[in-house]
Amino acid sequence: MRIINYANAICEAHRQLLKSDPRVFIIGQGLWSPWYAGSSLKDLDKQFGKNRVIDTPVCENAVTAAAIGAAISGMRPIVFHPRMDFMLLAMDPIINQAANWSYMFAGKSNAPVVIRSVINRGGEQGAQHSQALQALLAHIPGLKVVMPATPYDAKGLLIAAVRDGNPVMYIDDRWLYEIEGAVPEEMYSVEIGKAAIRKKGKDVTIVAISYMAKLALEAGKALAKNGIDAEVIDLRSVKPWDADMVCSSVKKTGRLVVAEAAWKTCGVSADIAAVVSREAFDRLDAPVERVTLPETPAPASKALEAGYYPSATDIVKAAEKTISRRKNGLQSALR
Amino acid sequence: MPKTKKAVSTGMSAAGQLGLYRTMLRIRLFENCLAGLVEHGEVKTPCHLYVGQEAIAAGVCAALKKSDCVWGNHRSHGHFLAKGGKMRPLMAEIFGKKSGCCGGRGGSMHVICREEGVAGTVPIVAATIPLAVGNALANKLKNTKDVAVAFFGDGATEEGHFQESVNLAALYKLPAVFVCENNMYASHLGVLERRVENNLHEFGNVYRMNSVRTDGNDVLGVYETTLEAVARARKGKGPSFLEFMTYRWYGHVGHRRDMDVGVKRKAELEDWFRKDPVLLAKNALEKSGVSVSKLDGIEEQVKAEVADALAFARKEPYPETREVSEHVYAGRVK
Ligand SMILES: Cc1ncc(C[n+]2csc(CCOP(=O)(O)OP(=O)(O)O)c2C)c(N)n1
Repeated sequence: MRIINYANAICEAHRQLLKSDPRVFIIGQGLWSPWYAGSSLKDLDKQFGKNRVIDTPVCENAVTAAAIGAAISGMRPIVFHPRMDFMLLAMDPIINQAANWSYMFAGKSNAPVVIRSVINRGGEQGAQHSQALQALLAHIPGLKVVMPATPYDAKGLLIAAVRDGNPVMYIDDRWLYEIEGAVPEEMYSVEIGKAAIRKKGKDVTIVAISYMAKLALEAGKALAKNGIDAEVIDLRSVKPWDADMVCSSVKKTGRLVVAEAAWKTCGVSADIAAVVSREAFDRLDAPVERVTLPETPAPASKALEAGYYPSATDIVKAAEKTISRRKNGLQSALR
Repeated sequence: MPKTKKAVSTGMSAAGQLGLYRTMLRIRLFENCLAGLVEHGEVKTPCHLYVGQEAIAAGVCAALKKSDCVWGNHRSHGHFLAKGGKMRPLMAEIFGKKSGCCGGRGGSMHVICREEGVAGTVPIVAATIPLAVGNALANKLKNTKDVAVAFFGDGATEEGHFQESVNLAALYKLPAVFVCENNMYASHLGVLERRVENNLHEFGNVYRMNSVRTDGNDVLGVYETTLEAVARARKGKGPSFLEFMTYRWYGHVGHRRDMDVGVKRKAELEDWFRKDPVLLAKNALEKSGVSVSKLDGIEEQVKAEVADALAFARKEPYPETREVSEHVYAGRVK
């Protein structure tokens, strides 16, 4: 299969959606410039015209709400926020309006909008240009939240999101843009709510979100050298998330590490830990470990940034910690 | 350009005018130094340089007292320096060093100097406009007679934050001055790609507030316009909306000019180079009889100040890893 990078896979999905569905349009900041979106929206304005690829003034609230209004009125907009932090100015339309729309009106109307935002961290940018806020969104009934980690999923989940009929928050990470992978040329969708096993294993389950899925695979390889056979699951969707796959993996391995480059308190990792501890309670050999950010905003200085973002080594250590419980673990002795 | 209101001349003293020139030069040379550091990769934090707009920060801040606070945005090194901030903690912050004004955790886009009345600058566009309104509200409730100043760009007026803020300030007659630096771009988009007309100064009229559009490259004009707005605010006559027309010489962020990313502004740029606010001020001083050697002396002093700040920032230590978790919550509050 053809190999392309993550950003180009996103771009191709947009291109095919624009081409195949006249209801689709893209709106947001930075659509006519190479700065904001990398190559992920490159030349779409030239191919489809500035009427359907709309670079806007600086007004996230109105742009997002207008896209939702257009979605309610029969269009299939894709909103672009070049940073998730900027999207915070649009929380009313997302949470009060789009998320509730179908429910409030008993399904008589719906808001089939895709709201794409980018995690764009690092580079000494500091607290307001680094945030990963998926947990805020996953909290809300009525929203779906996807976070692809591979070029294949980046394309397939965007297409699925546009076809979904609900407001779908599509979150990508700038650190993934150069990653390459096999991507079919034709249109396809990746089912929202389904995770993917990236490496089979029997000793410990590592569930990872977005960029952490890449690191989890690296961790899996490092663990294999130490004789630990990790199963690596790329969650892909964080709302809904694939509890079936995660729980059946944990029932097999007895151990779980969740890796999410976001905060721990009330994070997606917390929800996973809670569900697994209920659904697989008597099969757990160790407490669930979580690899997350420290509970602080993002610092700017590279000296502070260096220790801020979790690494593959952190995942390895967490996995080893769950394994080390075997010796004094009661559960396996009781089974 | 629509009609502009001519400011009344207040006859600033010669010493005062030299001070304005020095402030502008401090900003110019600091930012040019940074541009070089960004180009050579020594500085990584995103730097939105203020070159071309120096007269606005200098003129506005000269009209303020220390206890008046200014609030800034992503392009605020000039605001920080003009309000009295020192170069060393600013440069050290940009280098991510422990002795930076935020201990290195803020970087270029988040700077503060409370002692001199820099209340905080942040890169969420328009975010500090309502915060400055809150500062003005507090001043009114405390009856301090201090004024709150929000610095923001033309792009920021597109956010709801701005509209909501000016209405509040006007309604409650708050001692606020809204300083809009219209450099005609919001990153890659020119003002006419973002609104039907370049008529920002009319915003103030809708809210029946003192509203002025004037040349942002004429430092004395900026100073006098602000002085009048500040006097009104102190007297309880409510806020003003000041639109200063200007142009940024560097690109949106970093050391380039943005022509490399397809922004067509070569002709504009050359036009605006001829309206160099620093040179205009220097020429005016010379004309009024200030000796060339005096002006050269100021330049030498400012160059030395920049060199000192740079040497300082380079040799200072980085923060320690554990410091990352400090200050998430405030310490003991009075
Ligand atoms: C809420 C928000 N939206 C978008 C951005 C991205 N952004 C950073 S600066 C900028 C342009 C701002 O233009 P303006 O206010 O005119 O200030 P200038 O850069 O011209 O000084 C934009 C869109 C942001 N930082 N915050």
